[in-house]
Amino acid sequence: MTCSEFLALLDELIDDDVSAQTRAQLNEHLQGCEHCEVTLSTTRKTIEIYRSHEVYELPNSVRDRLHAAIMARCKNGC
Amino acid sequence: MATIQIQENEQHPDVALVASARGGDVHAFETLVSKYDRQIFRIAQHITQNREDAQDVVQDAFLKAYEKLDQFQGNSKFYTWLVRIAVNESLMRLRKRRTGKMVSIDDDIETEEGSVPRDLADWSPNPEQNYSQAELAEILRKTIQGLPHGFRIVFVLRDVDGLSTEETAETLGLSVPAVKSRLLRARLQLRERLSRYFRKKKAGEK
Repeated sequence: MTCSEFLALLDELIDDDVSAQTRAQLNEHLQGCEHCEVTLSTTRKTIEIYRSHEVYELPNSVRDRLHAAIMARCKNGC
Repeated sequence: MATIQIQENEQHPDVALVASARGGDVHAFETLVSKYDRQIFRIAQHITQNREDAQDVVQDAFLKAYEKLDQFQGNSKFYTWLVRIAVNESLMRLRKRRTGKMVSIDDDIETEEGSVPRDLADWSPNPEQNYSQAELAEILRKTIQGLPHGFRIVFVLRDVDGLSTEETAETLGLSVPAVKSRLLRARLQLRERLSRYFRKKKAGEK
């Protein structure tokens, strides 16, 4: 397997969407390719960081105000 | 019969809330608002990149959903239906800001950047711990803002929000292969850009 072939299946590997046979081939490539190993681990980390850190917080005060505005209009039939 | 009962018991909790809201129970709708407002705000902010617009989108998207509850078919999840409304509202706001210029989810994707990894240095272990919460949030914001918005929204829906590829495609009106190709490029571009901050420093490097 070449690095381009590995890269083409990177998402499937990360999302655990590969057959056992393909997974074995991908792992075999990883054993001997430090670059793809780094690409895989740092891409996983990228996703993990974005998943676990809220980039845009909605402050409670704004939230309360939006709720009140939405519900007031809903009660009036919008 | 037993099978049918199990299926009924396992229905998504939103189904009952939507049914009650349709029947005029505004508290049921309020529960849905409380459940999803943060996610809708996040999506709107990622698309519009403007705080006021994102807040307006939250309000307008929920009001539109309430008005259109009768049209909700129930063959998709309430949340993905709501996201579709919010994405459209966000694009409309963006269009207004850009003085009427057409804006669609297909914009700005003429780029090959990041489709091949260039920065191949490994990262420090737990690199995010080298920054304060505020610094990290700024890095993450700046980095994702630099992506074309057609990539950014696919990444947010798929990886941050946890929608499936099929749901993301349906929500954005894209094909499944288009979602897959954008997701890969979004992930690789973000990785490449974050590498500037998170790569292991060589000896003597600040």
